[in-house]
Amino acid sequence: MTSANSARRRKPFPVHILIFLAPAFIVYTLFMIYPLLDSLRLSLYAPDVNRQEVFVGLDNYERLMTNDLWQPRIEGAIKNNLVFFAIHMLVQNPIGLMLAALLSSQFIRGRAIYRTLIFTPTVLSVVLVGFIWRMILSPLWGISTDFLDLFGLAAYDKPWLGLEETALPTLSLISVWQWVGIPMMLFLAALISIPDELIEAARVDGATAWGVFWRIRFRLIMPTVGIVGVLTFVGNFNAFDLIYTTQKATAGPNYSTDILGTFFYRTFFGVQLQPGNPTMGATVAGVMFLIILAGVLLYMFGWQRRMLQVEF
Amino acid sequence: MTFIERLRPAQRGQLLLAHLVLLAYTALALFPVFLVVINSVKGRRAIFQSPYALPNRDTWDLIGYEKVLDNSNFPDYFLNSITVTVGALFFILLAGSMAAWALAEYRFPGNAIMGLYLALGIMIPIRLGTISILRLVVRLGLADTLAALILIYTAAGLPLAIFILTQFMRQVPRDLKDAARVDGASEYRIYLMTLPLIRPALGTVAVFNMIPVWNDLWFPLIIAPSEANKTVTLGAQVFLGQFVNDWNAVLASLTLAMIPVIILYIIFSRQLIRGLTSGAVK
Repeated sequence: MTSANSARRRKPFPVHILIFLAPAFIVYTLFMIYPLLDSLRLSLYAPDVNRQEVFVGLDNYERLMTNDLWQPRIEGAIKNNLVFFAIHMLVQNPIGLMLAALLSSQFIRGRAIYRTLIFTPTVLSVVLVGFIWRMILSPLWGISTDFLDLFGLAAYDKPWLGLEETALPTLSLISVWQWVGIPMMLFLAALISIPDELIEAARVDGATAWGVFWRIRFRLIMPTVGIVGVLTFVGNFNAFDLIYTTQKATAGPNYSTDILGTFFYRTFFGVQLQPGNPTMGATVAGVMFLIILAGVLLYMFGWQRRMLQVEF
Repeated sequence: MTFIERLRPAQRGQLLLAHLVLLAYTALALFPVFLVVINSVKGRRAIFQSPYALPNRDTWDLIGYEKVLDNSNFPDYFLNSITVTVGALFFILLAGSMAAWALAEYRFPGNAIMGLYLALGIMIPIRLGTISILRLVVRLGLADTLAALILIYTAAGLPLAIFILTQFMRQVPRDLKDAARVDGASEYRIYLMTLPLIRPALGTVAVFNMIPVWNDLWFPLIIAPSEANKTVTLGAQVFLGQFVNDWNAVLASLTLAMIPVIILYIIFSRQLIRGLTSGAVK
């Protein structure tokens, strides 16, 4: 240990470093990296007549994109997933930003209490949230009718989760209700960390609170806007629990709420009369992987670069 | 003179508006939960006739809870969830802090690449590898066990844990470690010595992982679905699906499944929110 640097360089790789790294490296490689790669490999295989998995190249992907049975399902799932994502971006993240802006003001008393209470739905499991809203929206119970009646709109009440046109937007809004706490907290953290002097300087120059917010504070939290966007994207294209809980694996009515997560589950596990198909399931996972990877890369090279954020 | 009176009327109006918006949103966030809890202790009739009323002597009825406790193994589910969550947290913190220590403390060839490799999983969801995970678990003889769930959640939690802990490990003062080295302490001992110094970061990592592990439906459903290994989340899902038309039982089981999470949240909310707002996930 006390030897000179030149001698140290020739020493074999220090054992203690290997020991420190080994547990994490082994578990992570075995249960995360290997399965991801193996699943991608599996998407290039298909069972033959003897039920042996043989290499078929990109046939599964071609089948998924062109076969009459598969193509409408994958197209529907991607479209629905885009709607699901768009609603999160247009409703969840602006509301999260608005709440964070209000909570970042020093003049609001009880900020910590508001923050804690508004975050509560985020800690509940999606299963509970799904069933809670199923009950609230049940025409039998009539809570949603009563609520609309407050605004004189009772006549517009519908079985929101039971109709093809309304089921997906309704589920998206339930998901927004649950997860709005995450963007709120991330925006809040970013807003709090802006130095007061910057805002004071703008105030002295006569800018209004509204102007200060959009021209100074919002611009300064642009890196967080990107993080929230990419987290929303990854979370949405990987979502499953809410749809499975409220609409079952068949993502009814008539597949109108089918997103990639439920399609993946049905494909590989099977449902009702459709038998499970691991290699096609791996293919759906492969498509999800490519979509998520594209989003993450777009964020890293398109957005983060511009933000000059060097984190690693 | 109070704080409010010192403000100009326009500012007072803005403040009032801000509070109204926050109050309205808080009500929206809590009302559904509140409605479920108060109706879980009412009779079937009262649930439909006066859903917004607090329970009183006439409407008080615990039939839902009796059904839940008779018809299901909720206590066992709880034990399974606790085993999985505590087990996964333990291994995430242990393996994560060890790897973070190695990355932060030592210069060795491949340090940066190892850091990048371990960070890959922050953005790539582990669910995408489910089919191969299932096959792997079967091959390892861990099919339908809680141990498999613990290993999966450990792997899923490690990337972010290592990323956060490495940043904190770097901030531990060098003098302290060098002093220990001069005294002849082993590297393992110095690692153990730094753990208490980064306790807040360990707490943040624990709280971040606790909620998603406890709440996960996907892996229990696919990896460990048997009755003996069901977690609370999966147990609630199956039970709620079966009793979907029995409003008392559904409301009671929702309440039973929510209460421990809400209690834990109240205990750890400060830690969780501090972790989220301290920029730990930058």
